[in-house]
Amino acid sequence: MLGSVVAVALAAATLAAGQPSAAQAIKAQQSTLVASFRQQAVTVDAPFKRFDGSIQYDPAHAGDTRATLHVDTTSLDIGDEDSDAEVRGVAWLDSAHYPMATFESTRITPRDAQHFDATGNLTIKGRTRPVTMIVSVAPAARGYVYDGSFELSRRDFGIGDPQWDSVLDDRVLVRFHLL
Amino acid sequence: MDAAALASRGYTRTAVALHWTVAGLVITLLAMGWIMTDMSASPTKLQIVTWHKWGGITVLALFFARTLWRLTHPVPPSLPGPLWQQRAANLVHASLYVLLLVQPLSGWLYSSAAGRQVVYLNLIPLPNLIGRNPAAGALFKELHDTCGTLLAALVAVHILAALKHHFVDRDDTLRRMLGWRAP
Repeated sequence: MLGSVVAVALAAATLAAGQPSAAQAIKAQQSTLVASFRQQAVTVDAPFKRFDGSIQYDPAHAGDTRATLHVDTTSLDIGDEDSDAEVRGVAWLDSAHYPMATFESTRITPRDAQHFDATGNLTIKGRTRPVTMIVSVAPAARGYVYDGSFELSRRDFGIGDPQWDSVLDDRVLVRFHLL
Repeated sequence: MDAAALASRGYTRTAVALHWTVAGLVITLLAMGWIMTDMSASPTKLQIVTWHKWGGITVLALFFARTLWRLTHPVPPSLPGPLWQQRAANLVHASLYVLLLVQPLSGWLYSSAAGRQVVYLNLIPLPNLIGRNPAAGALFKELHDTCGTLLAALVAVHILAALKHHFVDRDDTLRRMLGWRAP
């Protein structure tokens, strides 16, 4: 009882300060997470439809930012059912064994009031690799909106059947707009 | 020049060249379409689909070239024959022209709706005609499939009729499109 009173009081205090330090739950409906890849000369944007996570950000202590994202690997929408089914297969995302891809921030370094460098561990298909990206942050109606992108190598995560390498780039650009 | 002389004068060399280029492309594209739709996702399928798109865009460009040429260089009147055959021929020719426009366009629209920009010959990025839209994509796929079947049927009728003129009626209908009589 006392604990919840304290929590409410703290929440009220942070709201009053206009800087919610509580984790902001990512609203997937308003956010976008897109994997962009090149097939020969054609760039294909494939959005993930289902993901969730939270970002704890306080502009006064930007270095203490924490971000976690869980992505449903079955929800990648390439544009046709045939390709969607292919990419869920063992050679690609192997969604049956690895239904989730995750990102967990490890270090946040503020650049200026609107940007920070985020380093974290990206885990896809059971393999964890560090990634670094520049994130821009701006106030939104409730909380903040975060935008950024980073590149990953399919090979690093064992994504893809080698027979596709002649027509499909190894690099995949991941773009996000999270709020 | 009387009607018979006009009719046997034949087509211009350009019209003949355009006809056979489009004929070769259309038959190849129909065969590719037939084969690739039954293939599961693979690099080979992607390659065939890509070539199919380039071929379709070429047919679309040639449609405009041909139409422009035809409007400025009237075709010879058809050779004498029963009225129903003349009407049927006109209907088939008009339908072929319509499909040679609709078929590449519906394919392009289908590709756009599926979020696949067409990059002609891997060199020229063509604009997406509509934004990514799965429902519209399914609709254009249906249209492209149906028009493809219709086009294949009309091409078959067109070829059979040409062969009938050549081997049964023994007239100059096919010969003048082969360019043998072209000036």
